[in-house]
Amino acid sequence: MGLADENGDPKKIVFVTVGTTLFDALVIGVDTPQIKKELYAKGYTHLLIQIGRGSYIPSREVKLLILTGRGKLSENSNGEDGSLAVDYFTFSSSIADSLRSASLVISHAGSGSIFETLRLGKPLIVVVNEDLMDNHQAELAEELADRKHLLCARPQTLHRTLVDMNLESLIPYPPGDAKPVAKLINRFLGFPEE
Amino acid sequence: MEKDEQCLLYLPRSSSFLLFLAGAFTLIAIRILYVVNRSGKPLRPVNRKPVSTLIVLGSGGHTAEMLNLLSVLQKDIFLPRYYVAAATDNMSLQKARMFENSSSDETVVEAAKFMQIYRSREVGQSYMTSVGTTLIAIAHAFWLISKMRPQVILCNGPGTCIPLCGIAFLFKVVGFRWSSIFYVESIARVKRLSLSGLLLYKLRIADQLYVQWPQLQQKYPRALYVGCLM
Repeated sequence: MGLADENGDPKKIVFVTVGTTLFDALVIGVDTPQIKKELYAKGYTHLLIQIGRGSYIPSREVKLLILTGRGKLSENSNGEDGSLAVDYFTFSSSIADSLRSASLVISHAGSGSIFETLRLGKPLIVVVNEDLMDNHQAELAEELADRKHLLCARPQTLHRTLVDMNLESLIPYPPGDAKPVAKLINRFLGFPEE
Repeated sequence: MEKDEQCLLYLPRSSSFLLFLAGAFTLIAIRILYVVNRSGKPLRPVNRKPVSTLIVLGSGGHTAEMLNLLSVLQKDIFLPRYYVAAATDNMSLQKARMFENSSSDETVVEAAKFMQIYRSREVGQSYMTSVGTTLIAIAHAFWLISKMRPQVILCNGPGTCIPLCGIAFLFKVVGFRWSSIFYVESIARVKRLSLSGLLLYKLRIADQLYVQWPQLQQKYPRALYVGCLM
C-alpha cells in the first residue's frame, strides 16, 4: 500500500500522536534535527505530528523542489542533504486515516492509540510520558514491548531507540476477543452461553 | 430517696435502647454478610427474560472498551440499556448513541436511554471541595439507581461507577433490587488494579471482577482472567 509524492516516488510517513493529551516533551523531542536526520537516514520522507493540547508548535518544513531540465521535480540539490517534510495538526475526529497512511507510528502510551495502531498492523514506538502522576500507562507499554508487539521508549531515549530499532523483529498483535467475558456473564445470569 | 428512684427509672430505658441498637446492627451485619456471600454466585433459577442493564461509560479508553464488550452481548437479552456518563464527559454518550444506532434492529434500539451523572471529583480537583462534590454524586447516584433499578450493572473503571455500585449494593442489602454487578478491569491495567477495581474487589461489591492480564489474576485470586478484549 505505497503512497507516492509528486514524482511517483514512494512516500514513507512517520506519524506522531499524543491523543487528547498534552505531551510537549514528545513533540519537542521529535522536532529536533537529530531525530529528523535519523528518520531521514532510515528512509522516511514525511513527518506528521498530531500535537493535541500541546503548547509547543513545530515548524512546518516543505521539501524544496526544483524543476530539472527534463521536466521532473527533484529536491534542491545544491549540496544540501535532502530532508524530512514536516507538518502538524492539533486534533482530528479520527486519526485512523493518518495511522493507515503511516509507515511508522510514534505514540503516547494511551491504550486507545496503542491498540488502534496495533490493529492496523503498523510498526509502533510508544513513548511514555514521565510527567504523568501515577503512570500506569507505562505498565501497558512495557508489557506489550516485552511481548515484542511494539518498541517502548522515554523522550530522552527516543533517539537511541530509533537508531537501534529493528522493526522486522516486531511480532503482530493478535486481535483481542470479548467473547470469553460475554460467556461468563451470560452463564452467571443463567442465559444460554452463546 | 427520690433521686434513687429516678435513677432506677432511667436505667431500663437507656439499656433497652442500647439493646435495640445492638439488635439492629446485628441484623444489618447478618444481612450484609448474606449479600456478600450470595454475590459472586450465579443467579438461580435459570433466566430467560431480558434484564435491565446499567452501562457506565468513562473518558479515555473506558467507553471504547465498554462498547467493544457490548458488541458481543446479545442486545435482546440486555435491555433496556441505560448508559450513564459523567456530566463533564462530552464524547462518551455520543459514541454510545452511535453504537446503538448502528444496530439494525429498530425495536431493540428504542430500548436504549442515555443519562449523565455528576462526577465525584474532577482530575486535579482539590480534596477539600471533593468532599462536597462526592456527596452530590452519591445523592445523584441514589436518584438514578432508584429510577432505573437495574438488574445488571456493567462497568470498567471510571470513578463514576463507585457511587453507582455503592448505592446498588445498598439496595441489595435493603432488598429493593438485586443488581448483578460485573466489573471488567481496563486492558491498560497490567500489574495493579485501578482504584475503582480495588474498591469493588476488596469490599466485595462486584459479583464478578474480570482482569485482562494473568499478572492481575495471580495478585487478586478472586478475579477472573479473561484475556485481552481489545
